[in-house]
Amino acid sequence: MSAEILEQADPLASGKRKITVGNGAGSDIDGIENYTVNFGPQHPAAHGVLRLVMEMDGEIVERCDPHIGLLHRGTEKLIEHKTYLQALPYFDRLDYCSPLGMEHSYVLAIEKLLDLEVPLRAQYLRVFFAELTRICNHMLNLGSHVMDVGAMTPNLWLFEIREDCLNFFERASGARMHSAYFRPGGVHQDVPLKLLTDIGDWLDTRLPRLFEDAMSLVIDNRIFKQRNVDIAVVSKEDALRWGFSGPMIRGSGIPWDIRKAQPYDVYDRMEFDVPVGTNYDCYDRFMVRVEEVRQSARIMKQCLQQMPEGPIASLDRKVVPPKRGEMKSSMEALIHHFKLYTEGFHVPAGEVYVATESPKGEFGVYLVSDGSNKPYRCKIRPTAFSHLQAMDFLMKGHMLADVTAVLGAMDIVFGECDR
Amino acid sequence: MAHNAPHIIAPEGLADELRALVGADLLELIEAHDEMTLVVARDSLVRVMVKLRDGAAYQQLMEIAGVDYLDRAERFEVVYHLLSVTRNHRLRVKVGTDEANPVPSVTALWPVAGWLEREVYDMYGVIFAGNEDLRRILTDYGFSGYPQRKDFPLSGYVELRYSEEDKRVVYEPVKLAQDFRNFDFMSPWEGAHYVLPGDEKAPENASEKKA
Repeated sequence: MSAEILEQADPLASGKRKITVGNGAGSDIDGIENYTVNFGPQHPAAHGVLRLVMEMDGEIVERCDPHIGLLHRGTEKLIEHKTYLQALPYFDRLDYCSPLGMEHSYVLAIEKLLDLEVPLRAQYLRVFFAELTRICNHMLNLGSHVMDVGAMTPNLWLFEIREDCLNFFERASGARMHSAYFRPGGVHQDVPLKLLTDIGDWLDTRLPRLFEDAMSLVIDNRIFKQRNVDIAVVSKEDALRWGFSGPMIRGSGIPWDIRKAQPYDVYDRMEFDVPVGTNYDCYDRFMVRVEEVRQSARIMKQCLQQMPEGPIASLDRKVVPPKRGEMKSSMEALIHHFKLYTEGFHVPAGEVYVATESPKGEFGVYLVSDGSNKPYRCKIRPTAFSHLQAMDFLMKGHMLADVTAVLGAMDIVFGECDR
Repeated sequence: MAHNAPHIIAPEGLADELRALVGADLLELIEAHDEMTLVVARDSLVRVMVKLRDGAAYQQLMEIAGVDYLDRAERFEVVYHLLSVTRNHRLRVKVGTDEANPVPSVTALWPVAGWLEREVYDMYGVIFAGNEDLRRILTDYGFSGYPQRKDFPLSGYVELRYSEEDKRVVYEPVKLAQDFRNFDFMSPWEGAHYVLPGDEKAPENASEKKA
């Protein structure tokens, strides 16, 4: 009986059942022990290659053991064999839904070790595109969260916005996803004025229209609320103990945002609000992200108003390569260009831990330099790692169908979790 | 301070406060790049962490990183990053260890340490005494070796492919189609560790004499 329900609820999970059959005469309900159910590694709601080994009592999850590492690519090891600049594109490929958020931590860590100043325009551009990344990331997460609990339409609508974002990234950097746009000392290229005005128009018209439209389908929806309200409630104390960050810790009612608490680049000049949850459940985490999208748009508009003219990267030629035009006419620029793209720059010995507020939470880079042109150690602190670890604690006593809601509200991407 | 990385301002007199709090277990207190690092004795780790969490309000354990220094007697460093959301400050706590000596686990203080310790164990082979679930986490089922150690090659030792004969994935020793290329772009004028082309006949200590 329970086995049938189980398979209906999740037809893709392969069941490995431990059934001790009785003598056939009595009721076999008594003879059935707990099931062990494999969720994933190939499951549309697993957000990548996640394998959950769950011990079930009927449809109630008793124990949940996530198996990760199926996407482990040894990024940290590879970075130790690359120069600082060559290591940068690896960060795009960690959390491939919010590439610039990852780059931000890394370039700030290098700049902190070098004690390098970044021109103001570059700081504004970084904040501007980091917030665009946040919108882009939340479009994917909100959409897939809604789809995981059963609604198809909002996801398709939100992907319209995401597509716009990716087009803007392409116009700024030349790549839709793996932009490699933030560089130590600034950004790679200046953006054309037309791009900024286009994004400004988009923020005023298309984004609010599409986004509020899609959200109006979801946030008061009875089914969506039934699937999310009071699911996986995390108290403030537990959120701290489990190392939560980002929308997860704010969803638990702690107003902690690194952009406010430890501002970097020009976040100290921005006016924005930090939304927090009141019920500490999956619905709150969802609503925190919804509000963050609006706040991100607000920050981007302020960037557009305040952004000054000027250089887009540090003029320190020992770190930032010269313009190509300059290289063709100046011998010194040619030497700098050659040196920076072969040997790279040397970073003074030392160690720093730099964490920024990526769309998913605290994304940290612990960079150890030995004074050479390659990082001695670059430890990446992913957001998903600690969130996913809490899966067992969050799922205990919940139904199998809640797994997808909890996973959706966590916002997990395995490129980042497994590295 | 010219950089634009997150500005972390240490509360007034924090260094002295922590010195008094940790007491004799503190081996060294380093302040560099606006960040504070406590180096503590390995056996006292849990005691120190309890003091930091309950006495100094470092509520969150954000990260545990392993670092391998091949030339040290205790080659591994286990680095804990703590965060205080009330005092808005980050703190780094370090212990040294080697392959044989276990580090006491802090899972009893922060459940989040479970996976973080598993990762350090997986990557470096550092053992955490008291972690009840010390399995590998990121590497494949049945993997052997500790890939983040400095003496582990970048290519690894085995590669896998799907075998049509066996109808399953098989492991084989790594075969590189071309030699592993690790270009040394370090300037030869800044302390190269090899004989410069053309310098073969020069006396071995010639370069040192010049310097």
